[in-house]
Parts: sequence; C-alpha cells; structure tokens
Amino acid sequence: MSDHNYLSTHEPSPFDSGIRAQSQTENWTGWNGYLSPRIADTLASEYFAIRSSCSVMDLTPMEKYRITGPDATAFLNRLVTRDLTKLRVGRVAYVVWCNDEGKVIDDGTVFHLAENDYRLCAQHHQLDWLLLSSIGFDVSIQKETHDIAALSVQGPTSFSALSAAGIKGLETLKPFGILNTNVNGFELTVSRTGFTGDLGYELWAERARADDLWNTLFTLKDTGLFDIRLIGLDALEMVRIEAGFIMPGWDFNTAESTIRADHDRSPFELGLDWIVNFDKPYFTGKSALLAEKARPATRRLLKLTLEGNKPPVGSFIFHGKKGKQTGAVMAQTWSPILKRCLALADVDFIDGHPPNDLWAEIYYQKELKWHVKWARCEIVEGQFWSHPRRRATPPMPF
Amino acid sequence: MTITKNYDAIIIGAGHNGLTNAAFLAKAGLDVLVLEKNAHIGGATVSRELYDGWKYSNCSYVCSLFRPEIYQALDLGRHGLEVVPLQGGVTFKQNGDYFGSYHHHDIQRREIARHSQRDADAVVRFNADLMKWCRLIRGFLLRTPPDPGTFRPRDAMEFAYLLKKFYELSESQLYEFIRFFTMSIAEYLEEYFESDVILAHYSGGSIIGTGLGVYSPGTAYVLLHHAMGDVDGSIGSWGFARGGMGSVSKALASAFCAHGGSIRTDAEVTNINVSNQRATGVTLKNGETLRAKIVVSNLDAKRTFLNVMHSEDLPGDVVKRAKNFKIRGSSGKLNIALDAMPEFPALPPGSPLTLGHLHFSDTLERLERAYDDWKEDRWSSDPYTDTVIPTQFDPTMAPPGKHMMSVFVQYCPVEPEGGWTDAKRDAFGKTVLDQLAEYSPNFYDVLLHAEIRTPRELEAEVGLTEGNIFQGELTLDQLLFNRPFPGYAQYRGPVKNMYMCSSSTHPGGGVMGAPGANAAREILRDLNKSDTTPEDFGDD
Repeated sequence: MSDHNYLSTHEPSPFDSGIRAQSQTENWTGWNGYLSPRIADTLASEYFAIRSSCSVMDLTPMEKYRITGPDATAFLNRLVTRDLTKLRVGRVAYVVWCNDEGKVIDDGTVFHLAENDYRLCAQHHQLDWLLLSSIGFDVSIQKETHDIAALSVQGPTSFSALSAAGIKGLETLKPFGILNTNVNGFELTVSRTGFTGDLGYELWAERARADDLWNTLFTLKDTGLFDIRLIGLDALEMVRIEAGFIMPGWDFNTAESTIRADHDRSPFELGLDWIVNFDKPYFTGKSALLAEKARPATRRLLKLTLEGNKPPVGSFIFHGKKGKQTGAVMAQTWSPILKRCLALADVDFIDGHPPNDLWAEIYYQKELKWHVKWARCEIVEGQFWSHPRRRATPPMPF
Repeated sequence: MTITKNYDAIIIGAGHNGLTNAAFLAKAGLDVLVLEKNAHIGGATVSRELYDGWKYSNCSYVCSLFRPEIYQALDLGRHGLEVVPLQGGVTFKQNGDYFGSYHHHDIQRREIARHSQRDADAVVRFNADLMKWCRLIRGFLLRTPPDPGTFRPRDAMEFAYLLKKFYELSESQLYEFIRFFTMSIAEYLEEYFESDVILAHYSGGSIIGTGLGVYSPGTAYVLLHHAMGDVDGSIGSWGFARGGMGSVSKALASAFCAHGGSIRTDAEVTNINVSNQRATGVTLKNGETLRAKIVVSNLDAKRTFLNVMHSEDLPGDVVKRAKNFKIRGSSGKLNIALDAMPEFPALPPGSPLTLGHLHFSDTLERLERAYDDWKEDRWSSDPYTDTVIPTQFDPTMAPPGKHMMSVFVQYCPVEPEGGWTDAKRDAFGKTVLDQLAEYSPNFYDVLLHAEIRTPRELEAEVGLTEGNIFQGELTLDQLLFNRPFPGYAQYRGPVKNMYMCSSSTHPGGGVMGAPGANAAREILRDLNKSDTTPEDFGDD
C-alpha cells in the first residue's frame, strides 16, 4: 500500500525546484503525468536558444524502459521494424514499432548500453505492450522513467558548454553515440541525440544526482557564457517540425488508442520507410507491411511549405484552390529561421501519388475579426532545415 | 366518464418508457391516455418520500443511458430534468486499502499504477477496445432492429445497415467483437489487467441486474450496457437526476401532458381486450372498460402475454416464448436515510471518492462466491453492492447535513428456500448493512431508516416480473432482433393495433427511453403520421 495524494495532479520531476526557479511565466502543461513548461520565459528566446546557443530541457516525462537479459536483442529486434542486430554497444537508434496490422504503436530511441542491456525511450506508456510482446523471451523489462534524471542540452554552443562544464571526450562522440563519463564526482552518461535536428546531447544520471546534474549546467549559466536557457515544449514543437520529426499521438493516432478503423497509420504512411527493414527476420507487423508495400500508396504524412506568413492552424488541405478536400494539417509552425510556414499534413494520394496542386485554407484572426486565405503548398522531401554542425565530429565550438 | 370515448392510444404503465412513448405519440397529435396501477407514476423511475424529509430513488438510482436525443426532442430540461455527472467512485479492499476512480486522467493513472504499473498502461488498450464496441452498439439504440427473417425492403436495408456497421470494424476487430459478446467479464478483463482489485472494480457493471456471475459467458456484454451511456458526451459517465430518478418520469409526464396527453393513476389494467385479432382497448381492475384504436404495453413481455392477454387471443408460439423468456430476479435494493455522512476511514480526509459509486468487493473470487449463493437460492452472504450518496451534491433529497444512500445489491434470490417473509427480508437487509458497517464504523450510529427491497417487493410494487430490473436478461439470445422474441422485435404485438414499448424490447433496460421512442416511431409509421421521434446524434 503506497500513498496516493489525490490533491496533487502531477508527479514532481527530480528537477522540479530548478525548473520552477527558471520559469517566469507559470505556463505549464501536463506531459505523461508531469508538469512541463510550455514556455519558461519567452518563446522567441527559447527557440533561438536551440538554434543559436544552448537550450536545456527536462526529459523526465519521456518514458524509459530498461530491457535486459539473454533475449534482450532478439526481443527488441522482433519488436521494432529496424534491424537492431547491427546496433553496437555504445550506439543509439531511432526506432518505430507496430502492431500485427503494421500500424504504429509508438516511436522512440533504443540505447545499447552494454551486452544484453538496452534502454528504450518512448513517447507514450509502453509497459503493457512491451510485456505482452515479451511472452516467450527471456528478458526483464523495468520501467525507469522516474528513476533516471535526464536533461536534453541542444544547440550550437552545447558542445562548448558541456565541455566547459567538465565533460571530457565529447570531441570524439559521434551522432547517436553514447559516452560514459564522470563529472564533478558523479557518473554521467551522455548521448549525442536529441529532438531538435541540431547539434545536441542528452545527459543521463541516477535520480539521486539530479541536483548535481542541474547545477553542473546552471552554475555555468551563471557565468553568462553560452546563453544556456531552460526551454519549454512550445519551442521544441517549432524545431522538431523544422527537423521533420514526428510526434505519435499528435501527428497521427497511435494504434493501441485507436477506436475507429483506419484512423491509425503505418510507418510508410508516416514517411518512415527508411527504418523498415524487410531483410531481417520476422518483426511484429512485417506481413502487413510487406502487403502494404506491394500496393500503391493511399496517403502520406507530407512535409509542406506554404506561401505567405499565416500558419495553417487546423487547416484542411485541398486538391486545387477551392478544390476537393484531400487532407488535413496535423502540425504546423512559422519557422523563424526559414521565414516560412511549415506543416506536416495527412494527405490522400491518387493512384499512388500525391495530388499535384495542394492548397491550404487558412483561417486567422485580426483584432477578433476572422479572415480566410488560400495558400499554395509545396511538398518537401527530407528535413525542412538542417545544419552541418549536427553531424560534424568534432563538433564546431558554436 | 363516457364508455364510448375511443382514445387514439392507451399506454399501459407510466414508467419512463411508457411516458416516453406516450409523449411522442401525443406530440404527433394523438389523443393518448397512460394508465398506471400505482398511485404514483414512474414505475422503476421514481423518487418517493418514505421517511419524513427524505426522498429515495427507490429503484433505478443513477442516470447515464437515457438518450440525450429524447431529452432534447421532448425538451425535458424545460420540464425540470437536470442530470448532474457523478465524480469519484471507489472499491474498498479488505486490507484497508482502496482503489479510487478519479476524473483527472493523470491522477487516475497514478492511482492505477499504485496497484499495478502495468495495468496503468493497459487501461489505454482496454478503454480503446471498449469504446469500439460502445460506438458500434450506440448506433443501434435509437433504431428499430431489422427482422432478418423477412424480405421486406425496409428490413433488408436495415439489416444491410447493421452489417455495414459491423464491417466498418477491421477484420481483427470483428473477431474480437464476437469474442467480446460471448466471453465472461472475468476472462475478458484478465486479458488486460492483473490487479485483483482493478479486475473486481471493472467487472461490477457486468453483473448488475443479471442472473449471471463474473465467470459466466455473456457477462462481458453487460459491461458494455453499463458503459455505453454518457453524460454530455462523456461516454461511460453516470449522473444523478436532481431530485432523484423520479425527476425523469416527472419531466416526461410534464412533456406528455404539455402535448395534451392524460394520465390516470390507480388504474390497473387486467386485460387487453382483443376482438377479431385486433386490440380494442383495456379492462381495468375495477371492471371499467376503456376503448382505444391502439394499445401499447409497457409491461414486461411475461406480464404482457401471460397476465394481461389471454392465450386464446395469441399465437401459441408467443405464449410459449413468453413463458421461456429469461427474466430472472437477482437484485435487491436498500434506500437509507442517514443522520450524517458515514465515515470511511480508509479514504484520506476530504477524498472526493465518496461522490461516486462505492463498492466493497475487491476480488473476482468474492464476486463469484456471491453468485454461488444466489444459485442456491440464498442471498449473497458477502454481496456485491453499488452504493451512492447523491445528497453530497443534490440538496433536494434530504434535509441539510443529512444524507440519502442508495444501495443496489447483487445477488438476491427471487424466492429463498421456504419463500420470503418480512423477517427474511430484514435479515437480507442486515447482511448488506453489516457489510457497509465493516468499512464505515459510524454507519449504524447515523442510520435513521432503511427501506429494504427484495425481488418480492420490486415485483409487487413496480410490476417487474421477478424484480428483474432490465425486464429480461441482457443475453445475446434476447438482444437486438431477438428481443423480446424472434419475429416480434419491431415493437408490434401479435395482434393488430397492439404494441410493446417496455425494456423487454430492443435495446433493453437501463432508463434509456429508447424502447419507448422506437415503439413510437413504428406506431406513427403504421398510422401514417409524421415521425416525432429523434434520430441518433451519431458519434462522429
């Protein structure tokens, strides 16, 4: 029998006091049972901390599972669509996993920490699905979401900032690599990973070391160097769209929570073909995905840029100006770095191809008066925005 | 009173379905009379003052399934109906712990995780799956079931609609749905959850009003019947009718009368008069004969065909099926006046959980044992109860600071060995009160009065055969086009001008109003009158 405080809506993060001290706006939102800032100070300063200096974000709410045991690799390889037998110790892979109908349950990252020892990070609660999927495998699955103190440190000065904080060895750490180190007397794991499409790192420590980890970064902030800033989820939303990263549960309905038939999505429909590997042995959803691959595409989550400067909030997408409705915007932002409206849109295909003339109908308000505008959309392949510093090893100092 | 008056329609029974039916007929311009055997209207949808200053929801006690389309079409809000959603809900454990229901998603998640981390995740899958079946079933509530045995174009179209709805499910969902309809609730829930108390908590809705146990096949569907209702679009939520369930029948009666209808109480119908295989009216207990162009029975199928109709007027098949109709009484009810709020020390101070349903069965095994007693014609020595205290937010039901408690009890036999006596009824009541007192030490101190109702009282007063709250078990053999009997699921009786609108017809019991509205639609169709009944709002 453990205590349950019905008056407290959210679980406190191990960084709670630090985050509260840095948050000016009291603009909070729930994220997996924790309270996260949407905006800590101003959206513009947080966005530009990511793109121009050094941003810090609490990763506590991100779901984390520790998967260990003799069958850990076999279990994970059956779970996800990507071939994980090639994932060496000390490396991280972006993965997606499906149900037997080949519809996406969630996405996340697999950290190969040691032989038969993995961490799986996920967007949504996955313990039920992982345990159901583990029947017949000799593995142990532990939820460690709350037991790990993790921070994401992203932006062009992140390498310099973390080095200045005393973390050694970052100059040789490649993208998707893991570094186990020791800083200020505590053990720290650093991975060169992130959700911003920029140079950046994720720092992982024991929960008991949360204050040490926080202070390592924020004493550095006090020196006035590197423009280290706590960011909220709103800035992250802007940069992840620029980077073309998807959010299960926002950009599409996850399979296990889908009620209406055909409201879930496959990896192909989300543009994740590159992580579906049919050469590896059976994985959950493989047969359905093979069958889907053989058929012409019926729809895709497309990356669109839109003319003009009005973000297409909740817009429908049409084939031809004022033509037939053919899709809907799932995520959108004004990109300050590209000076352009970007959108991820779920669009119906015709004979396996996207309609050739896509338009968005955009509603917006000026002084409480509603206006409507039509904006031509262009399909973008790959990321909307990327920078060589993301991949450079050693990274650039700023 | 002129014997010669010929009503357009007489409805037998002023329960919520009879009143709903009558209101839609009156709204279409018919001259309608509702006859009620009791001195009060409402049937099992009543609020009665049996203890000075207290109003009891004597029978039905919470509201969720009542169709919002009917509420809107009859403007029941203007006629005084107000349904306030419940908060909270709790299953107490024998070890002093509890499992609570919270409306805030994150608080609820942490409460589930307190009992099982895995179950906290599994509840997402459970809710999504249950909602699939809810969405499917809800679409049929305000529709007349097709008769698959005929080749009439309307039946063929309606059957095609039904099949289309089913085929909107994916292939795998279709298999799962068939499993769901035939499984026991225990087996079904065990595919999702591992915690004993969570299994018990979710399974309760599957046995309420049902002569089946948590391990009996078919009980999974009964859960759906309790989960498919909603309050203001929040599916699965339950509400209290302000002023008790009597407010539902009162508002319906008010709407009916506003459309020109009339109600006679203390007017028990003993016979539906039939001549040349046509219903011509009814005869009352006092010998009075009333004539009507059509007669609608809101009595359950057994009472309708075995009590107020004569076998000589009916096809043998109907009489036989009425006799075989499954309508087992399995429930009891206690209505309690309390001098103060009972204490539940297991809960933290100020806990909102008492605002909802209180349960005291924390394992599937205890639930199954409760059923075992019933099979042996005993009331459960450790019953499953569904307890609510609506006076926590309804000021109209008890004096300030005092409370009214409604305790629904599963299981209670139709006839204990040697038959019911008042002493046995009181002993049944004491079993229930003792169980409450185990969790609430001041319970007997605050207890002022308790009305104890076994199937004997429910049948005698309300007229529910065996006291069955659904007017017939909600098992697959008695649902959709098989309710109440194959060939008679479209509300038309076996003689001309005679109709059925009770919960014995599709879609069944639970204060939905849907049988009453559906029957009205068929009647108006036969009379070539414009349809006053509402269409389903649709979920999408």
